[in-house]
Formats: sequence, C-alpha cells, structure tokens
Amino acid sequence: MTQKTVLNALHRELGARMVDFGGWDMPISYGSQIEEHHAVRRDAGMFDVSHMTVVDLHGARTREFLRHLLANSVDKLKVQGKALYSCMLNERGGVIDDLIVYLLGDEHFRLVVNAATRDKDLPWIEQHAKAFDVAVKERPDFAMIAVQGPNARSKVISLLHEVDRPRIEKLGRFAAAAAQGPHGMPLFIARTGYTGEDGFEILLPENHAVALWKALADIGVAACGLGARDTLRLEAGMNLYGQDMDENVTPWEAGLAWTISLDEGRDFIGRKALEAQKAAGVPRVMVGLVMDEKGVLRHGQKVLTPQGDGEILSGSFAPSLNKSVAFARIPAGVTGNVRVDIRGREVPVRVVKFPFVRDGKPCEGI
Amino acid sequence: MSEIPGDLKFLKSHEWARVEDNGLVRVGISDHAQGQLGDLVYVELPELGAQVQAGNGVATVESVKAASDIYSPVSGEIVEVNEALADKPETINEDAFGDGWLFVVKASDRAELDELLSADEYAELIENEDH
Repeated sequence: MTQKTVLNALHRELGARMVDFGGWDMPISYGSQIEEHHAVRRDAGMFDVSHMTVVDLHGARTREFLRHLLANSVDKLKVQGKALYSCMLNERGGVIDDLIVYLLGDEHFRLVVNAATRDKDLPWIEQHAKAFDVAVKERPDFAMIAVQGPNARSKVISLLHEVDRPRIEKLGRFAAAAAQGPHGMPLFIARTGYTGEDGFEILLPENHAVALWKALADIGVAACGLGARDTLRLEAGMNLYGQDMDENVTPWEAGLAWTISLDEGRDFIGRKALEAQKAAGVPRVMVGLVMDEKGVLRHGQKVLTPQGDGEILSGSFAPSLNKSVAFARIPAGVTGNVRVDIRGREVPVRVVKFPFVRDGKPCEGI
Repeated sequence: MSEIPGDLKFLKSHEWARVEDNGLVRVGISDHAQGQLGDLVYVELPELGAQVQAGNGVATVESVKAASDIYSPVSGEIVEVNEALADKPETINEDAFGDGWLFVVKASDRAELDELLSADEYAELIENEDH
C-alpha cells in the first residue's frame, strides 16, 4: 500500500511527476528537474519531506540511552534545540540508518530518520530503549517542508510572527527553535538541510502544511521534487542511505569517519567492530569521482583501479558543474586516477575530495 | 502533452520514424518519452555509415535520472546523425518530434515500416500506460 503525505493532492494539482520512494508516492519533479536544482542554488526552493520519520524520545535516561544507541556523541548537544548528525550501527559496525537527533529538554530528544528504513529502525530503537526506560513515540502527525537556498531563510522569516523573527534570524547552523508561522501555526524550525545550501527544515502539524506550502509559493519559493534534492545533496557531498552505505558498510568505508565519536568510556553499539576494523586497516574507502568526458556516472557501474575493482554508489549528472560526478567505494590505497566501465567503454575519471559544490560554487579542483 | 504528428510511426519503446520525401527514415523519441525521462543531459549517437538492425539498440540517451537505449525502427545504414544534440541535448525535451531528432536511416527493407504502430495506435498505448 503506497503512502501519501498530506501534500500529495497539491503536488498532483501542480502537475508533479510522482514516483514510488520507499513506499511513498512522492514528486520527483514539477517541471524541469535541472531548473529546480538551480532554483535552490541561486534563490530558494522547497521540498515535501513529510515522508521522513519523526520519533520523540522521553525519559530521565534518554541521554544515556542515546550515548549507547548512536555512534556520534550526544554529549556534544549542550543547549536546547541543538542538533547532531549520527549513524545508528549494528553490532558489526554496519549502518542501520543515518539520522538527526535534536536536544529538546533534559528528558526529551527528537530523532528524524529515513522513510525507507522506518520499519527496521523503530523496532531496533524500541528494543534498546527498554533497558533505559525510554518511551519511543513516533510522530506521524508532523509534516515536514525543507526550504533551501541562499534566500531561503529570509523568505521563511518574512512569514513568521514579528516577535519570533529576530530569534529565528539568529538561529545557528544545526539548531532548531519553535516559532509561529502564518495564521499562528506552530512551527519547529531547524537550520538544517540536505542540499549544501543554507535554509530551514520545518516540522509542523499536518493540517497546516498546505497553507504553509502555499504561503511559501506566494513569496517565490520554487516547488522542487526529490530528483533535484538528489543532485543537490550529491554535489554537496552528502550520503544517501541505501546507496552510499547500508548494514554491510561501516562509517569508515562510507566517508563518515567525521561522525564517529570514540570518546573515552562510551559503550555504543558497533564500537568494538569499528575499533577492530580501524586497527586491522579499513579495506575500502569512499571517494569522489569527476568525469570530464561526456556521459553520466551511474549507481552500480564498475570502477577499475590497479588495486582491484570498486563500484559507483551515488552517481549523476551534476547541474551546477555541467558534468557528471559520483561517490565510489574502491580499495584503500589507490592513488591517482581510475577508470569506469560505462556500457563496455572504459572512461577515465578523476579521484577528488568532496563536496563537489559549496555555497553555490564548484569546489577547488572539481 | 503535444499533439502526435499523424505522419509518424512508432515502436512500443517510444521511438518515432518519419519517412521523408527522399525515402530516408528519420528517427527520434516521442514527446511522451522525453517527459518520462526528464531533463536530457547526454546523447550517444551511432557512427555514420553504421549498419543497424530493426529493434536493436543503436543509440543511448541519458537524462539526469537514467540512461535509455534507443532502438532503430528499421534496418539499414545510418546516413545522418543530429550533431547539434552533443551541445544541446535538451533540444529533445523542447522539440522531440522536430529539432530533437536523433538519426536518419537509409532503410534496406521498407516492409519493416508496416510493422510499426500508427500515430493513433501509439496514442492509445501511452494513454493506457498512464493508468
């Protein structure tokens, strides 16, 4: 049974092309996917991300529980509203999901996890929460709209109640706060995103989502589909769960070492396996690839290196670069450039550091 | 959705064929197909002089989303390819039945054209696909 967000009818009214996305009927684009991509890089665009799963955690030992559950350290969260990106690992150090955790109170944290992984995430979280007496409560009553781009923040702020504006203007990166939107609707505004641009991700009660979407459209925020979201996040060097990492891949092998906190004495799930792999040597690494020739790098294509084969993870045409880029997992220790097998043709590609695009501009060496 | 020109014939896989005054067969993809593919970013065309078989993959078009094989509706020799698509693949999105043509075949067996769908039959096919 395909699920629909509260904005589904509006997407169809706007002429969106709809696709199945992790069991959800979602808009891939409303017109030109490339124009939607540019709208976010140059001005402001919005995405319906209400399919994502919001989970509230309550209990006196919630922080202690998250110290155990997550590979990044929630002790970095000291101020109410602060957010942290983390992986949730299995005992083998494989990634069950990546998520954002918000500190909302001494005994209240909020997780936002992927839609496609919901059915395995919730039982995993509940199973481990029991020992800490933490209550796990899914919040399907929330819709979520991401507004992204260099003008995204100012446009959202213009819709807020006057008394809230100065506070939301000062909201730091990776922090969230409550504010009143049009007609007094209650918003949970986080300065986070998945595009490499500044902006907000806004949680709100479902029954207000259509009104907020229309208010944003009225002030020139472009409706953007999940197609543009994918090219934007790839250019920004951000992983996609299921494509760039999964339960058989450790964060070391997925370019996510920066999210691992091996802080003294913290016993998180998967830690032993991560430490063992690090000590033994990580066999595979995730790298960025740029192809200067014509063509498009795609998921699953074989990467040929002197040290053995690797494979393309996320690969696409990059509209901000007008050429193709990709993430690939290749044997550790490869130096210099590699080749990719594209329908039997071996095409040279450059190995580069990602992100590929930052603040709307190509990064050095891309 | 733009009107389907009545003089075109189609493969089920959404390629169109137009028999021109000189007897050559011009080939492209339908407006419906370009809409399904989304923004096109790269086109790989056959070599001039190549011999192609009806129903075989002879070109590739790539959109942001996916790569798709293009089949030739008729057998014969490639006598012209649309070089302009190398720099402007989006022409296919803008004018699939006109400037967005892909290649021209000198058909070796004109009877193959009778196997193709008429414009009306193709219109019915895509109508059913949408439901």
